[in-house]
Amino acid sequence: MAATGTASLYVALLTALYAVGAAIYGGVTGKRAFVVSARRAFYCLAALLTLAIVVLEAAYLRTDLSFALVAQNSSTDTPTFYKATAMWSSQAGSLLLWAFLLGALSSAVLFLTRRAHREIVPWATAVLGVVAVFFLGLMVFIGEAKPFATLATPAVEGAGLNPLLRHPAMMFHPPMLYLGYVGFTIPFAFAVGALIARSTGADWIRSTRRFALVAWTFLGVGVLLGALWSYAELGWGGYWAWDPVENAALMPWLTGTAFIHSIMVQEKRGMLRRWNVVLIITTFVLAITGTFLVRSGILDSIHAFGESTLGKPFLGFIGLVVVGSAALVVSRWDDLRSEARLDSLLSREAFFLLNNLVLVGIAAVVFWGTFFPLISDAIGPERSFGPPAFNAVTTPLAIVLVLLAGIGPVLAWRRVTLSALGRALRFPLAVTAVTVAALLALAPVTDNLAGVAALAMFAFIAFTLAVVAQEFWRGARARRVMAKESWPVALARLVGRNRRRYGGYVVHAGIAFLFLGVAASSAFVQQSDVRISPGDTVEVGGYSVTYERPTAALAGNSGGTGAPLTLGAVLSVQKGGETFTLRPLRNYFPSNDPSTGAISRYFEGEATSEVDLDWGLRQDLWTAVQPDIAAPQIQEPIAEADRRFAESSGEVQAVAIAAIAERYRTDPPPAAFRMLVSPLVSWIWIGGVVVVFGALLALWPSPEARRRRVTSLYAARLGRELSRA
Amino acid sequence: MVAGLVLVVLVAFVVARPLVAAGGEDEEPAPGDERRVELEAAKEAKYREIRDAELDFRMGKMSETDYRTTDRELRAQAITILKRIDALGGEGPEGR
Repeated sequence: MAATGTASLYVALLTALYAVGAAIYGGVTGKRAFVVSARRAFYCLAALLTLAIVVLEAAYLRTDLSFALVAQNSSTDTPTFYKATAMWSSQAGSLLLWAFLLGALSSAVLFLTRRAHREIVPWATAVLGVVAVFFLGLMVFIGEAKPFATLATPAVEGAGLNPLLRHPAMMFHPPMLYLGYVGFTIPFAFAVGALIARSTGADWIRSTRRFALVAWTFLGVGVLLGALWSYAELGWGGYWAWDPVENAALMPWLTGTAFIHSIMVQEKRGMLRRWNVVLIITTFVLAITGTFLVRSGILDSIHAFGESTLGKPFLGFIGLVVVGSAALVVSRWDDLRSEARLDSLLSREAFFLLNNLVLVGIAAVVFWGTFFPLISDAIGPERSFGPPAFNAVTTPLAIVLVLLAGIGPVLAWRRVTLSALGRALRFPLAVTAVTVAALLALAPVTDNLAGVAALAMFAFIAFTLAVVAQEFWRGARARRVMAKESWPVALARLVGRNRRRYGGYVVHAGIAFLFLGVAASSAFVQQSDVRISPGDTVEVGGYSVTYERPTAALAGNSGGTGAPLTLGAVLSVQKGGETFTLRPLRNYFPSNDPSTGAISRYFEGEATSEVDLDWGLRQDLWTAVQPDIAAPQIQEPIAEADRRFAESSGEVQAVAIAAIAERYRTDPPPAAFRMLVSPLVSWIWIGGVVVVFGALLALWPSPEARRRRVTSLYAARLGRELSRA
Repeated sequence: MVAGLVLVVLVAFVVARPLVAAGGEDEEPAPGDERRVELEAAKEAKYREIRDAELDFRMGKMSETDYRTTDRELRAQAITILKRIDALGGEGPEGR
């Protein structure tokens, strides 16, 4: 089977090389047959990489330990769900996933554009082919990136999946991120194709806009799933730590957000052409940089794959993309002139430009902060750019961004009069004023800088939500007048006929909800780190938490992680008249270090937290436990068992471990707990769901696009077709 | 080795077909058809702009003067696109 997988990769590399050559030849000579052949090569590439994925996935599911990758990242006792998803926890497996998604998405876009963009498509095909050649080249020629490498002697047992990755969110997080990264490759390739072909209008944008939006959505979902994993698995209680790998995914999302706004300006007004090609090139470069950061090992991160030899090829490829793209943009500078000028600073396009500057500003800060340790190390002693520095710079920019998300929808294209703007802002400003007054009356939030920032953020969130609600109401009201429809029908048809616009507004509402959760949980979180014994009670954020008793279980982890040993606690929580129970756990995975004892290896390997939460719309109570297994009443029996049962059978050792676990349960040492009360944190995840819903709404094709055909005399036809809306 | 050869033959068969098929471009539209697809997309985009402007006006975001100017420009651009579509031949302005 490994031979089939390897063969599929070699043939895929040859196919991608052929696609590049055929597409360029077809583009230069105008021989369409070669362009068609190159497109078909991409269909083959997608099929070959599907075959490769199936072969590797089958090896994981069968726990075929002759595959080096399976032996490194799975084991016979790894739960089936995690076996199925272990592929992309490895360096080589994740590269294969990247290439597979590239083949699939490239085939889709080349199929959809097979009857359009005669000048652009050959060059876009060649660019997509070059990206595919790079990733396939890594998997074919670099040892650690080969997914089908086999062991001379199959392993007796695999190392198992990294315990930290045994969380459902983490298993879907990489494919979502990669769909985002790969998705941005499509508009990048078409932008480069358009530059080469000197076809710098909005055609390439119309054909790839949906891919950019899909990429943006998946990348955003990937980032949020990573945050959810951090919140629920890492045991520190936060969801964002400005870790280099987190930042690597955030940067292309930020520039991608700017791009999907600014392409509207090019579509509507023929402006920002230079800016748009620079933005999509930057987004693609950042997407590749994100992939590179996870793999190169140049920056310390909990998410990274560690030291690697892939850094140099990635740097070379990034350099090629940057230099090549920059040269192309410079050579087409005059072709990229805007068709129109900004009519007024009070216009939607002017605010889109402002929003772009803020988004790119945040991305620049994140980029600087992420690479600052490397830069400072190169010129002197290494210094870090920690979370406080990130927060200090990005918080004001985020506040401005939320304000712009509210102002943008009330503005018309070209210009808006002050009187119209005043009318449009009356209701949102009233809502904002009421919100600020209510917040000041409820809590003294302005006694420090964080409080002032939170107050400003809440005010602008209220403003944005009021604007979005008002836009739906005003639109439905206008439609009622125009079409004499009832309110529900008018609202449904308004959204149905203007999906891009109202989908975008829903996304803005989702972003406002998300920032509501971020601002509240960052500014007003209450944390308690305690070391307590059974029977002790702790007060945190209005909750009374009592450590009732310890728990211990062998191979009985409720989270399905496959952990052989799980210690934990039962907490009884009271708030007002309500009582409920939380059960935070700590999973212990055996160490593979041969120098550890036969029994102690089960206590000294990797351990992961399984936090327990009381989720709520108003606040979460978050708890994590760290049993003190270094206490003498646990360490002494472990040492004793190491001496007595080192040569015993597995069954006997299991009984010894069970006895120690029972000892922990009946004679527990004090345990360390972290308890957090995070207000409104659930709104981060709710906001994410709303964003996805809005994006789907914006992506759904309009009925007119499918229905309308050329009819009638020019003006009469135009009027008739428009009246169908 | 055998698997690789089989895959190479299959890929070669698929990618070579447009090069050896009669006419060489068996599944390709004529350039005029391709241009029509692009112009239809441009037309839809322009219609969307006209509808957006009308909705903005009805919602009170634009003054009547601005709306009339914008609408006139957009309709002129749309008519240009329609003329280009008709210049490609085939389905005439009277259409269906």
